[in-house]
Amino acid sequence: MALVLSGLWIGQNVNVLPAAASLNAPIYDQLFKVLFSIGTILFIGIFGLLLFSLIRFRRRDGETGDGVAVEGNLQLEIFWTAIPAVVVLFVGIYSYDIYDRMGGMVPLSDPHAMHGGMVASSDSGTAEGDSAVIQASVLGTPSPTSERIWGGIGSPMAGGATALPVEVTALQFAFLFHYPQGDITSGELHVQKGQPVELRMEARDVIHAFWVPEFRLKQDVIPGQPTVLTFTPIKAGSYPIICAELCGPYHGGMRSTVVVHEPDEFSAWFEKNTTTTVASALSSSSTG
Amino acid sequence: MTIALTPQTSSPPPGLQPEGWLRYLSFSLDHKVIGLQYMVAGFFFYLVGGALAGMIRAELVSPISDFISRETYNEVLTLHGTVMIFLWIVPVVNGAFGNYLIPFYVGARDMAFPRLNAVAFWLIPPAGFLLIASYFIAGAAQSGWTAYPPLSLTTPAAGQVVWILSVLLLGGSSIFGGINFIATILKMRRPGLKMMQLPMYCWAMLGTSILVVLSTPVLAGTLVLLSFDIIAHTGFFNPSLGGNAVVYQHLFWFYSHPAVYIMVLPAFGLVSEILPVHARKPLFGYTTMVYSILGIVFLGLIVWAHHMFTSATPPWMRLFFTIATAFIAVPTGIKFFNWLATLWGGKIALNSAMLFSCAFIVHFVFGGITGVALAQVPFDIHVHDTYFVVGHFHYVVYGGTVFVIFGSIYHWFPKFTGRMLNEDLGRFHFLITFIGFNLCFAPQHWLGLNGMPRRVAEYDPQFTLVNQISSVGALLMALSTLPFLINVLWSAFSGRVAGDNPWKALTPEWLTSSPPPVENWKGEAPLVQHPYGYGIPPGQIDLGAATGRELWSSGQ
Repeated sequence: MALVLSGLWIGQNVNVLPAAASLNAPIYDQLFKVLFSIGTILFIGIFGLLLFSLIRFRRRDGETGDGVAVEGNLQLEIFWTAIPAVVVLFVGIYSYDIYDRMGGMVPLSDPHAMHGGMVASSDSGTAEGDSAVIQASVLGTPSPTSERIWGGIGSPMAGGATALPVEVTALQFAFLFHYPQGDITSGELHVQKGQPVELRMEARDVIHAFWVPEFRLKQDVIPGQPTVLTFTPIKAGSYPIICAELCGPYHGGMRSTVVVHEPDEFSAWFEKNTTTTVASALSSSSTG
Repeated sequence: MTIALTPQTSSPPPGLQPEGWLRYLSFSLDHKVIGLQYMVAGFFFYLVGGALAGMIRAELVSPISDFISRETYNEVLTLHGTVMIFLWIVPVVNGAFGNYLIPFYVGARDMAFPRLNAVAFWLIPPAGFLLIASYFIAGAAQSGWTAYPPLSLTTPAAGQVVWILSVLLLGGSSIFGGINFIATILKMRRPGLKMMQLPMYCWAMLGTSILVVLSTPVLAGTLVLLSFDIIAHTGFFNPSLGGNAVVYQHLFWFYSHPAVYIMVLPAFGLVSEILPVHARKPLFGYTTMVYSILGIVFLGLIVWAHHMFTSATPPWMRLFFTIATAFIAVPTGIKFFNWLATLWGGKIALNSAMLFSCAFIVHFVFGGITGVALAQVPFDIHVHDTYFVVGHFHYVVYGGTVFVIFGSIYHWFPKFTGRMLNEDLGRFHFLITFIGFNLCFAPQHWLGLNGMPRRVAEYDPQFTLVNQISSVGALLMALSTLPFLINVLWSAFSGRVAGDNPWKALTPEWLTSSPPPVENWKGEAPLVQHPYGYGIPPGQIDLGAATGRELWSSGQ
């Protein structure tokens, strides 16, 4: 009992994760605390039992006898078959719930389920044209309609807010971000606090992985498989974007930054970069 | 007349096989010689792989890439993984101990196919030297031991092709070994010996060999296709030629997840042999142990896609593989609780073999707990391909299997050589290995959670201190091989003479001389129907000395 309580206490007070900066990060941290509590209880329990046995039942000097000839105990064995089974079932159901809340169960092959927020956007004048452009550029193949878009995990659109579409190109050894709404190309990802972001990701050469530890999000970007990842940042600040799949000699240097702006700050950034010419947008991407 | 009636065993016929130390360098057909050949060759490659690990940890002392070039770093990490898995752990827990022990355990004079057995061993040294030579000649493979395309198609081709060739040879060796073990365990048993009377290591090797035979050919086929992609520019896995890179991942992990069980199931078996002897108690729950091995074999085959949770796998697939993976904890849990119950109430000798085995329990439980966490998709999404995973699998394969290998060497060295290892040096070896290992790999979990990806030569400077702690642990682990090597070399020639059965063990390998003769026994093989028949029957317990717990647990 004391073991269970202390495990729960440690689990609740453990602080080993980076800042939680996206909508699904706090959900993730809940799961982490539960897993950490259960893990602590099991580990300390088993470690304690082992240590106790080694000390209590050690062979003392001059002892030559044997232990008790216990070959097994069916009730006991059923009991400890049940412990991991119950724990695993509980963890499985709980993590399914977490996964669902993170938006992991959105079907893959229906792009409209992923694009829901954007298609419903009010500025219908550009929305249609935009989405056609995006479709074509994301899919990038002669027959875009038959192409399957592979979904990643991502928080569902909160409150029907308009998602900001960003095209991400991963190549050796950088991420490039293109904003179709303002025709901005950047080496850093700029997003607005509270607004969902829809990343349409594509890899040029080899497999890369888009990872932002503070968002608790990771998605492989595989050549030939356009992938959509959605998330909602909830905390302003700058966070690292890290490539997490071995992609060549400079894999460790393939990093960028995601800047989460306050809303007015973001519009200022967006306005500033939209008005510039294509040439200076390109130069800003090479310096960033 | 009498000469004609003299049994063969009284005067060994002048064999075609070399005698003395020379037979260890020959194409010997004796399973014990082959077992030791596997072990010594494996240990040589362990030192090579350890040196490579040392280079990795030296590079990671500082956050910038300064010790070796980035290309070399990727070659080193690829070689480290490949050498440790295919040339050290798999050959030693399967080939070395399997060949040495299985014929004893089934009461046979040799393996079912001795010549195939020798061929399986002699594939290993050329494959290993080919792999290592590729580094000096053309540059080794740079795409990690997973060799994911399209990266493996774009890195220098020569190194990658040699890597494929080498892994194919090692896979072939593994399949030959697996077939041999299955045939030996099922068909070479001494008359009267039932399957449910076999020592647990036989069941572990049977399960392992089934996995080897079912899954290794898939890896071989996959690598052949990959080599076509590299050499002939076919497009099986090349997206720009219409191939699919994710298919490779499925095929690769269809072997490489079972490979984890190919590395740990034999270790489970070895621990099941060591614990009862040194705790002087029967192995607890023999029947459930057998069924849990079979359960692990079955589940181990259907969990591969948990390595691909971020590879755009469909949601149903993520769910299925989460559940299947997490359920491996059930049969594994049974085994661990049974080992704890084996220790409970025993007369435990705290020698090196026992200490290494108990450290295995601690490490594997820890690795198992992080493993169940990693099986949960939402958890894995964050830590996949990070140092958390590196920490996790080193707890499983080093803290688990390699600790068992050391424990087993302390346990069976008297049988191999007829001499005891020095216990004080052994316990010293254990202590620094234990401290070094935990210092090296425990902090890596924190690194992964906080944003350090794996396979990087440079990292965020905020992680410098923790990486340096980890490197100090690695240095301790490197130093810990010194007392072990000194101990083994010194004891082999001038250690205390062991006698036939220094541990008073009951399994059949101890019921012959140390080292055993060719063909294992002079005269008929013993029939051992109770390999774990240790202990005083419950009726004979001195009631005054027994605790209530002992009475309760033995009353059934």
